[in-house]
Amino acid sequence: MVRVEIIRPEPNDAVATGTFLRQLRKNRLGVLGALLVVLVFVSAFFAPLIITHDPIKIMVGPRLAPPSLDFLLGTDQLGRDTFSRVIMGGRIPLLVAFASLGSALAVGVVLGLIAGFGPRWLDNLLLLVFDTIRSFPGIIFALAIIALVGPSLASIIFVIAMTSVPIYARVLRTQAQGLLSSEYIAAERSMGAGTARILGVHVLPNVIGPLLILVSMDVPAVIAWEAGLSFLGMGVRPPTPDWGAVLNDGYSYINQTPWLVIGSGIPIVLATLGFTFLGEALRDIFDPKLRKDL
Amino acid sequence: MRRDDLIQHTSAPPLLEIRDLSLDFGTPRGRVRALRNVSLDVPAAQVVGIVGESGSGKSTLAYTVMGLLSENADVTSGSILFEGKDLLKIPARARRSLLGDRLSMVFQDPMTALNPVRTIENQMIDIQHHGQGSRSEKRARAVDMLHRVGIPDPKNRLGAYPHQFSGGMRQRVCIAMALLVKPALLVADEPTTALDATLEVQIIHLLKDLQTEIGCSILFVSHHLGAVAELCDRVAVMYAGEVVEQGAVRDIFHNPAHPYTRALLECDPGRIKKSTRTLPTIPGEVPSLLGSTKGCIFRTRCPQAFNRCVQEDPVEYRIGVDQVARCHLLGDERLVPA
Amino acid sequence: MWLYLLKRTVLAVAIVAIAVTLLFLMIHAVPGDPAITLLGPRASPEMIAQIHQQMGLDKPLAVQLAIFFGRVFHGDLGFDAFSQRPVREIVLEQLPYTIELIFVSILWAVVIAVPLGCYSAIRRNSLVDQVAGVVTVAAIAIPSFVVAVYALLIFAVTLRWLPAIGAGSGFRDGLIYLILPAFATGIGWVGYISRLVRASMLEVLGENHVRMARSFGISEWRIVARYALPLAILPTVTILGVGIAWLLSSAVFIEVVFARPGIGKLIVDAVNTRNYPIVMGVVLVTTFLIVVATTLSDLVNAFLDPRTREKL
Repeated sequence: MVRVEIIRPEPNDAVATGTFLRQLRKNRLGVLGALLVVLVFVSAFFAPLIITHDPIKIMVGPRLAPPSLDFLLGTDQLGRDTFSRVIMGGRIPLLVAFASLGSALAVGVVLGLIAGFGPRWLDNLLLLVFDTIRSFPGIIFALAIIALVGPSLASIIFVIAMTSVPIYARVLRTQAQGLLSSEYIAAERSMGAGTARILGVHVLPNVIGPLLILVSMDVPAVIAWEAGLSFLGMGVRPPTPDWGAVLNDGYSYINQTPWLVIGSGIPIVLATLGFTFLGEALRDIFDPKLRKDL
Repeated sequence: MRRDDLIQHTSAPPLLEIRDLSLDFGTPRGRVRALRNVSLDVPAAQVVGIVGESGSGKSTLAYTVMGLLSENADVTSGSILFEGKDLLKIPARARRSLLGDRLSMVFQDPMTALNPVRTIENQMIDIQHHGQGSRSEKRARAVDMLHRVGIPDPKNRLGAYPHQFSGGMRQRVCIAMALLVKPALLVADEPTTALDATLEVQIIHLLKDLQTEIGCSILFVSHHLGAVAELCDRVAVMYAGEVVEQGAVRDIFHNPAHPYTRALLECDPGRIKKSTRTLPTIPGEVPSLLGSTKGCIFRTRCPQAFNRCVQEDPVEYRIGVDQVARCHLLGDERLVPA
Repeated sequence: MWLYLLKRTVLAVAIVAIAVTLLFLMIHAVPGDPAITLLGPRASPEMIAQIHQQMGLDKPLAVQLAIFFGRVFHGDLGFDAFSQRPVREIVLEQLPYTIELIFVSILWAVVIAVPLGCYSAIRRNSLVDQVAGVVTVAAIAIPSFVVAVYALLIFAVTLRWLPAIGAGSGFRDGLIYLILPAFATGIGWVGYISRLVRASMLEVLGENHVRMARSFGISEWRIVARYALPLAILPTVTILGVGIAWLLSSAVFIEVVFARPGIGKLIVDAVNTRNYPIVMGVVLVTTFLIVVATTLSDLVNAFLDPRTREKL
């Protein structure tokens, strides 16, 4: 692996951006990851232009047909075009990733700041709650919540956000406490700066970078969760196209045709691999010391 | 080469002969020329000190002798003759078989030098892998050696882990281990730097006593001039990867020839006689060793630098019977008061 | 020793207590009768009345919580109205299958990953290291259920080498039925553990005591096996405890894909049939399992390191 030096990128700085691109280019897996991520985004964004058939219209072709020129990945058990379903199906994982990680980041930052700056008892209590949520058995906990509130896209987003919050909050708390004990914050304090100013001007800009890298490294896991829950039938309702749901169809008819499984599994693999490679490259370039287990 | 006509007073060849050794470290910013044309002898049963500031390459030299350099190190020229064999040319296997047998080493930081998850007993038996004898014989030797370095109740302490010893005791254990294998040459890389002053004196005396007893040579790396004066027979002064002066301890300390040696001696707190509010320092910094260098390496900080120092590399000049220094001043009819 | 154990136990109990509280609050946060939430829609009126009385729904929330705690503390996880059996019995009946799957998965993952990680660290930047670097990231990234479905497609449906579904009967048969599920569950862990071992091995090999061992000419493999590995393995031991949580998540999918009995399959079926007592029972049992596993792995870790052993 290429060892890279730590650089602190500044936005709108052509030199820093150039360095970043040069370092990314040296990291071949990172480039592959970036290409895959672009592919996933482009296909999801322009999905309506790419699809060859209406993804939810049944019997546009024969049932469980193998790939052909008309049906690039064959058809499913209801005669729907698998290719169109798979292309449209990329939208939901991305939506879930953005919504869940975005809200987790927001809540995590707030809770992390409360833990980092609040009174000691509150800090300890929050840490205990974070640790509790982290020791919940991931998918099993998610299934419990879905059992209570019913399967839907919102439930999935809520569950993923809830399990991600403790990680971000912990990282932010640790970083904020490290900064707080640093000398320049003490100097700023002594000059009469309020907590709000210290938070806004000094703490947040310093911690948001590493946090965003952590978030980017969580994207593949979220895509896997979403696909997994949909695979179990706990996600989007049919007939909405979704990778996990198509994979489940394929699993149900695995004895009749391999094409549904192949066609829906590959985009999941490509997306998770792409985001993982890109996330690792970003971490290596910007923050080689970053660890999740803070 | 002038080195060759420097007559040794002992007829036997020295135990360790370093000749014209140069070494680079590959870094992302280019090659750092960490050692340049280093030549040094360690005669049998003598203690040779290497002194210099941090970054002078003295530890690098010690590690080169032991063959423990990091992967990015690259020896570009020279030879290290040990008991007649060139350590840089013999196969890795043959070289490793010398380690822990003819050669051993004491490291700078006793707190991290011992393995934290193995008992002292296991580590002391492991290092005797060249030696013959049963495990219990090796254990008995270990107990004996611990006793000689002054570990109280060594029989019971043998089963302890390193963290159950204090820093000074750990360094005693390290010395016991290094001498347990009865080496011909002990390389000691700043063995007292991490210890406080009282302990330092004790460790120096211990090394001196055991050296006389075992009859080995010691290559003693230190930045502490007092320790060197106390322990060593000969001394080499290193600056920025070069040996700028070497000779008998008495000559170097009483009659330093190189401006750097003199500056170093003036800065030694142990030798300052007048009381001052500020400790003297050598102005300037050790120059970067990136890329090739031309001229005398010390010229940027030398109070007596002149044109020639910029243009050509100084060669070694002999002062007296057993003292050499690299300085242009010495070439011009002893401009340096001797 | 006892103080440390006590501290860990208190923490573990606190975490389980908070988990129970959160579950209780969740049940009450759902609109409608908590008794129905707890018993499921198939509950008979008598049972609802019984739960009402048990939970003391007329009493304040705090008292209800205390009663709920009391029941959980006595191992009473509720009653499954559907099968007319205690939830505890049903969960404990399925648990061995899942534990067997997790144990075998971890075992083969560790057996492969630790040597691989060591080799990658010792021969850094060798071909093996570089290939392993890419393959292990991929193994971590690709979701286990995708691996499972593909493995099912290739080895069971197409090649027909291995059985597709179920758990088999008898020891030999059971092992054959375990091959594909354990492969799919463990493959990500091969990647994860080997990367972890590689990283910590590289760190340890750079430490001073390793250099000292080398300075005595001790052979490289002995240094790795006796000096470096006991230290480099410590983070892996810690992670294995936390990893139980992840493995339980994978096991849910794997059990569904291979139609294996186990608590994963149990909870998915329970969610599909709105069988809340079973769902809650599985959550409680697995949370308890995870807390025990992490506490145990911390203790094992502390025991393996002589520096912390004496503080135990």
